Amino acid sequence: MHESFVAAQARPPFWRDERVLRVLSQVLVLAVVFGLLYFFYSNMMRQLRETLGIPISFEFLRQTAGFDIGESLIEYSRADTYGRAFLVGLLNTLQVAVLGIVFATLLGIIIGVMRLSTNFLVGLVAAIYVEAFRNIPLLVLLIFWAQAVFLKLPRMKEAIIWPGPTYISNRGIATPWPVPAEGWPAYRLALVAGLILALVVAYLLREQGKRTGRMPLVTLWFLVTWIGAGVVGWFAVDLTVGTPLTLDRPVLEGFNTQGGRVFSQQFMALLSGLVIYTAAFIAEVVRAGIQSVSKGQREAAYSLGLTPFQTLRLVVFPQALRVIVPPLTSQYLNLTKNSSLAIAIGYPDLFAVAGNTILNQTGRAIEVFILVMAIYLFFSLTTSLFMNIYNRRIRLVER
Amino acid sequence: MMRGPRLYIAGLVAAMVIGMIIAACAGAAPTPVGSEEVAAPAPQQETKSTLDIVRERDKLICVGNANLPGFGFLDEQGNFSGFDVDFCRAVAAAIFGDPDKVEIRPTTAKERFTVLQSGEGDVLFRNTTWTMSRDTDLGLNFGPTTFYDGQGIMVRKDSGIQTLEDLNGASICVQTGTTTELNLADQMAARGIPYEPVVFETADEVTTAYEEGRCDAWTTDKSGLVSRQTVLKNPADHVILDVTLSKEPLGPAVRHGDDQWFDLVNWVVYATFLAEEHGITSENVDTFMDSKDPNIRKLLGLEGEFCAKVGLENDCFYNVIKMVGNYEEIYNRNLGPDTIFNLPRGLNSLYTDGGLLYAPPIR
Ligand SMILES: N[C@@H](CCC(=O)N[C@@H](CS)C(=O)NCC(=O)O)C(=O)O
Repeated sequence: MHESFVAAQARPPFWRDERVLRVLSQVLVLAVVFGLLYFFYSNMMRQLRETLGIPISFEFLRQTAGFDIGESLIEYSRADTYGRAFLVGLLNTLQVAVLGIVFATLLGIIIGVMRLSTNFLVGLVAAIYVEAFRNIPLLVLLIFWAQAVFLKLPRMKEAIIWPGPTYISNRGIATPWPVPAEGWPAYRLALVAGLILALVVAYLLREQGKRTGRMPLVTLWFLVTWIGAGVVGWFAVDLTVGTPLTLDRPVLEGFNTQGGRVFSQQFMALLSGLVIYTAAFIAEVVRAGIQSVSKGQREAAYSLGLTPFQTLRLVVFPQALRVIVPPLTSQYLNLTKNSSLAIAIGYPDLFAVAGNTILNQTGRAIEVFILVMAIYLFFSLTTSLFMNIYNRRIRLVER
Repeated sequence: MMRGPRLYIAGLVAAMVIGMIIAACAGAAPTPVGSEEVAAPAPQQETKSTLDIVRERDKLICVGNANLPGFGFLDEQGNFSGFDVDFCRAVAAAIFGDPDKVEIRPTTAKERFTVLQSGEGDVLFRNTTWTMSRDTDLGLNFGPTTFYDGQGIMVRKDSGIQTLEDLNGASICVQTGTTTELNLADQMAARGIPYEPVVFETADEVTTAYEEGRCDAWTTDKSGLVSRQTVLKNPADHVILDVTLSKEPLGPAVRHGDDQWFDLVNWVVYATFLAEEHGITSENVDTFMDSKDPNIRKLLGLEGEFCAKVGLENDCFYNVIKMVGNYEEIYNRNLGPDTIFNLPRGLNSLYTDGGLLYAPPIR
């Protein structure tokens, strides 16, 4: 209607035509943005070429790194390339990020639910936790955690030894760790078979739930089946082929322990700092999510005869999740990006290895930063992608 | 909601586009520059020399260190002092006739080159080792070595460690962005000694971790060890091993592309060597003003116009000697027997005394 009304009028000159102006203003803004970008870019390139005589090149990634890295998830030595050193840092970042997200989520949910507790003391503890950790700068928290907590653990010589043995010292925690033995290939097959079985069970249960209208605890049964298969498989393999895994135990040798798995002091400090800090935010997100579900929903569920647990699982949580997931995603992204503070406490994450050591030894600031930024961007976009897919799935729960 | 995947794809596309632009420009770079030069030579001449910039600003900015007593240290009063700082003051004395027209820009090991490259500082005096890749890849020029050093290792006295081999399996703290991070890896690999490097960004973090027992040893230039030992809680509990892991010639560096500025810095350093060679000090320099020795007359600007060759007034070296001193004075003031460091001159003696300090002649 409006359209035809405008058309019926004599058209105003184009510089007063709102539609033209709208498009024009956007074009202008874009032109300015790109102009500025081009200016910065060409300025940088000119500076690099003329003043310093160093053009952009990623060749250095193939050169020998020449430095050692304290901890690595893959084989690495000084004779490897800068490219591989990059990968070591990247995996170290992934390691803290993934574990950090898991633990921060668990702790965050606990604290968030605690905050809503009707018990005054429990609620107070949770409130203090949230307010305290949310308001301390993360870097301060990390350095405190590393220098005042983990570095104050006993020295290696006086290490606390738990049965196993697990050595706890200010170098970190050395603990027994399973390593594949002769039965491992067979056991791996058993695990895969168990997974398939568990998936089938879960599918059947779900179908049954749809038919009868009473949804069983699908996830629980899935886990029970898989773990059950794992246990049965273990004994079967152990008796026929040989043990699938043996324990590699740490032993004290000279200055440090050898063998087992070492969670270094830097790793522990970074992980716990990130988890404690992020959990405070996640707790608030969880609290807000649960509170967003109106009381009427719960009352309606009770009057339908659902138990409190069923109410939480089937009514409250699915609806709370819709409110929780989007802000939760940004907390996950924050945690991943915040892990780049690792250098302050000596953990060789992506930024410490690339943005510090590699950048310094090669002097390739621009190239290294392009790569580092691209990798963090990739992590973040991938996390967002998965969280958004998940978000979409839980949205469908609505109707 | 399709937002997630779409954003993701958009991000990937953006990344690819940026990648392509970079690749394209890197490849095509030389041509446009050449043609620009032919068409308009003006921009080239317009770029100001470092000396002009320094003069206009009326002070010299040195990229330095704030945490290394004896070399570059910021005290409680907010003053910088040290061996490197004095050389920086010497350059200012040569340019302005006033050694106080100096600003020190303190940096960590990893920042220093970027700060210099980006033009935030005019010259780097920060216990910096001259290496081939820094000299070439980083686009820097290194001046005469002012301090011949080597890398050492500090351990606790009660650890019983005496050689590198004793460090088998040990944790060793080291600072990122230093040559020492690389030398350590090289030496340990060459000897097949396994160890755990623990890398920090600043010297303070390194020493804290070492003192708390996180590391069995820590490593850097020997001068750095001696210097940092003085700021440990119990300096007497620690020893520096009698091994040298590397050659660490420490000296000034400037950006590529301004040869006059490079010459200026070089000859200020040489002037301090030459002054010591001729026995000229800040105290007695005026008594040399009627010297008949042509070498001395040239150094003090009484004969020839040597300072003019680097764009300065004729008394530039006189000012350096008068206001800051010769090499020996600078050394003794900061590191000599009257200081807590009491570092023997060793290689840092004049060539006439069996050391490596040797300045080309002024003529
Ligand atoms: N000469 C070596 C090492 C220089 C260096 O950075 N030394 C450290 C250890 S003493 C330092 O001065 N740190 C002071 C700081 O970063 O605050 C190099 O040029 O890479």
